[in-house]
Amino acid sequence: MENKKFKLVDIIFETEGCDVGVVLDRVLKRTPDDIIMDMIDSGLRGRGGAGFPTGLKWKFTRSESAYDKYIICNADEGEPGTFKDREILEKVPMKVFTGMAIAGYAIDAKEGFIYIRGEYRFLQKKLQSQIDEFNQMLENKGLDFKIALRWGSGAYICGEESALFESMEGKRGEPRNKPPYPTVAGFRNKPTVINNVETLVYATMINKYGADKFKELGTRDSRGSKVFSVSGDTPKAGIYELEMGLQVSEFVKEFGDGDTKAVQIGGAGGTCVPRKKFEDMIIGYEGVPTGGSMMIFNSSRSMYNVLHDYLEFFAEESCGQCTPCRVGCQQLLKGIEAVKRGERPPSYLDDLKSLAASMKIASKCGLGQSVANPFSTIIDNFREEVIY
Amino acid sequence: MGKFEVNLKINNIPVTVEEGTTILDAAKKLNFRIPTLCHHSDLCVAGNCRVCVVEQKGAKALPAACATPVSEGMDISTNSAQVRTARRHVIELLLSEHRSECTSCYKNGKCELQDLANEYRVNETTFMKLVENKGYTIDDFSPSIIKDDSKCIRCQRCVRTCTEMQSVSALAVVNKGEHQKIATFMNKPMHSVVCTNCGQCVTHCPTGALIEKNYIDQVWDVINNPELHVVVQTAPAVRIGLGESLDLSPGNRVTGKMVSALRRLGFDSVLDTDFTADLTILEEGTELLTRLKKALVDKDTETALPMTTSCSPGWVKFIEHKYPELLPNVSTCKSPQQMFGALAKTFYAQKKGLKAEKVVSISIMPCTAKKYEANRPEMRDSGFQDVDYVLTTRELAMMIRQAGIEFASLPNEKYDSIMGDSSGAAVIFGATGGVMEAALRTAYEIVTGREVPFENLDILPVRGLEGVKEAKVLIENVKPEWGFLEGAELSCAIAHGLANAKILMDKVKSGEMSYHFIEIMACPGGCLGGGGQPIPVNNEIREARMKAIYEEDSSLKIRKSHENPEVIALYEQFLGEPLGHKSHELLHTHYTGRKKY
Repeated sequence: MENKKFKLVDIIFETEGCDVGVVLDRVLKRTPDDIIMDMIDSGLRGRGGAGFPTGLKWKFTRSESAYDKYIICNADEGEPGTFKDREILEKVPMKVFTGMAIAGYAIDAKEGFIYIRGEYRFLQKKLQSQIDEFNQMLENKGLDFKIALRWGSGAYICGEESALFESMEGKRGEPRNKPPYPTVAGFRNKPTVINNVETLVYATMINKYGADKFKELGTRDSRGSKVFSVSGDTPKAGIYELEMGLQVSEFVKEFGDGDTKAVQIGGAGGTCVPRKKFEDMIIGYEGVPTGGSMMIFNSSRSMYNVLHDYLEFFAEESCGQCTPCRVGCQQLLKGIEAVKRGERPPSYLDDLKSLAASMKIASKCGLGQSVANPFSTIIDNFREEVIY
Repeated sequence: MGKFEVNLKINNIPVTVEEGTTILDAAKKLNFRIPTLCHHSDLCVAGNCRVCVVEQKGAKALPAACATPVSEGMDISTNSAQVRTARRHVIELLLSEHRSECTSCYKNGKCELQDLANEYRVNETTFMKLVENKGYTIDDFSPSIIKDDSKCIRCQRCVRTCTEMQSVSALAVVNKGEHQKIATFMNKPMHSVVCTNCGQCVTHCPTGALIEKNYIDQVWDVINNPELHVVVQTAPAVRIGLGESLDLSPGNRVTGKMVSALRRLGFDSVLDTDFTADLTILEEGTELLTRLKKALVDKDTETALPMTTSCSPGWVKFIEHKYPELLPNVSTCKSPQQMFGALAKTFYAQKKGLKAEKVVSISIMPCTAKKYEANRPEMRDSGFQDVDYVLTTRELAMMIRQAGIEFASLPNEKYDSIMGDSSGAAVIFGATGGVMEAALRTAYEIVTGREVPFENLDILPVRGLEGVKEAKVLIENVKPEWGFLEGAELSCAIAHGLANAKILMDKVKSGEMSYHFIEIMACPGGCLGGGGQPIPVNNEIREARMKAIYEEDSSLKIRKSHENPEVIALYEQFLGEPLGHKSHELLHTHYTGRKKY
């Protein structure tokens, strides 16, 4: 497997010489189809974690004939251990807005919304005035596109795109059945492009530098770079933009405290990579995909406690509508507690793993489907810690 | 625009269906039944119980068959090892948060979760029981409905029913994750919220989480008490529904068997709500004509038009909550059940030489809201509670089983007298549009002296399952005393299901539409689809019941309310005339506005 050495990159937060007005002018001189071709060519995939090719998403939405279409920036950054979107919105908001405007131009949408988590309320005043300024700039350039802010209220599930639409429509945030996908029927059941904050900045930068420059970074399946939120047992907690395709061992070498026993990649719903697999795993869509959360655990940590925390989180944050997720999360949580207390035999962990496997395929949305990731990787690699 | 055809394979058998068909329906076409729980043909797709998951070749996850449309080249397995494991897990999970007390549960034997658990031979002890650890509430404050959260499997059928089908929204999903549940506004008890007691949630609940409050034991007690004279009345729709709860197929007319079963249960007198349905027509028809005269001739601006019916207690409570300003439009007539109750303890008791306090009046209704209605403070004009206990069609079936009566082989018997005679016009009260049709048959004849100008008295435009129906009747060559109606066109509208009622009443309220007379039934299909009728229910079953109702009407000699001999006698011997003093005292009432939540 192709893998990359540790390399710090400065694309997302690069501000020097990045005049979004100039980028937009260049975009507006080209056809939407050309813009979309470039995006497809760049190989950019969604940076929220699911990794859907961004250019294709735009292309599908463009091909819909509806009069009303929407661009939504998903800033409901709720995955435990992720804090990069906040930083991006604070540092380079204009680049986010520009990505939205480019997407709007590409698919012929006139409205864009930033759905931002309620906990980021402190950003409101500044963001709003920046949005006003940006909207004014678009008006001056004659682009019929406006951006508005929409606030979440603290539910993790509202980061799931269809639950996010429900929330924006004033309803209870519960995921919808798919298909139809957002490209066909999203917000207000109209064709919608929904992209993560970071993805939109890359869209801006690809339009600034060209797809080729972006493709120079990363691997065949994971082009470009990515912003990581590094936390846990590390002397260097913080936000870093790194080239995609990095081997986990390289990552640990750079960020670990010398005693790293596991890295949880992709947040609570991500994969736990134990020390013995650091050399085998690379960070990217062909290996361990991530929305950016990198939690490092050293040998002082109980992996039972880690798993217990994740399961408590899921049991609380499941929207509750589908059976596998609502009840499954509770069973996994109660189950490991019972094994720990000796009320159920260690073999019960295998029943629970089988249940988690069913949750992965039978849950309605990505939340319930992802619980099996931490569960089985922690049980498989730290079984003794969970039992004793 | 024609629909495209889609080719796919289900369990290796090729099938071609229309674009937009779900996997569930495509499988049905090949006679593969995929189990479901949250799915109901009356409701929008939810796809949240996940019992119906199937395997799709090439897909990472298992799609829910009820919520996934077919696509070209799909390769589906409905019964693979992976599917069976996932389904079994789903059922086991549901059971883990369900308080299983199957042997004593009211829904025992009629519970969809129980059936599934049985079918999949699941092990209830695989996972840990969650329900005992949680505080749960059993809300039995309502006289109509019991809501038991410990048996709820969160399929949200009730929520969709209450919101989409009924626009009531008394029930909603609250909280998330492990705390998610179905609740009323601020967790208030069901009797103190906007609930109309229609019971559609009960007929759509797959488990015992929502059931009618049953009064079977109380009714056995009064039957067994020799001091008491127990009269029972049966609503029009019971006779065409009851058979379904006693192993007969939908659409069976069992009037005669029902009467003999009631007699064998020990009721002292088996009487008919249809009698007071006919009486309602005379009172309500006269009220309508009086209102028209006041509005058109006397130019009385106080007279509210259109006049709406008041037979459906779900509708009455709905309008009290949602349109209190339109209450003057509601007919002052009590419902047939309550007219019967008021007469049972006055006229009937006098005629039979009984003391009113020794008469117990029971009614068998296709309805749960009737339980609430019987308990209303407005319904005590006989000096006592006019109707003592209300049983649903389902409760009656349960009593018949308890008594060991072999229903199917019973002889056909006739109702007792007095208050047992009825007309075809009364029977059709059980179907949406029936009250309108019955009223037109009588009112037209009162005004013109001729039968309604429809072949064989069948007023077809008011029949059927369309949500909102309209009809216009031109009134010509009237009798001299009704001269003011000459050449008038009576404009009528009918809605069934409260969502349709809302659509109609919003138009009336905004002035977009104007009518003279509106019939509204709270339940889809009218009383035949009532919240107290046998479960399951869907449009196919409603159609079958409806057909039976109109057959019953055609089979009767008397098909116009004003020709019911016992009703004629009642006016001669007791009431005097429609809207007379005695009628006002016993048969009419007024309702009051309620809060919006």
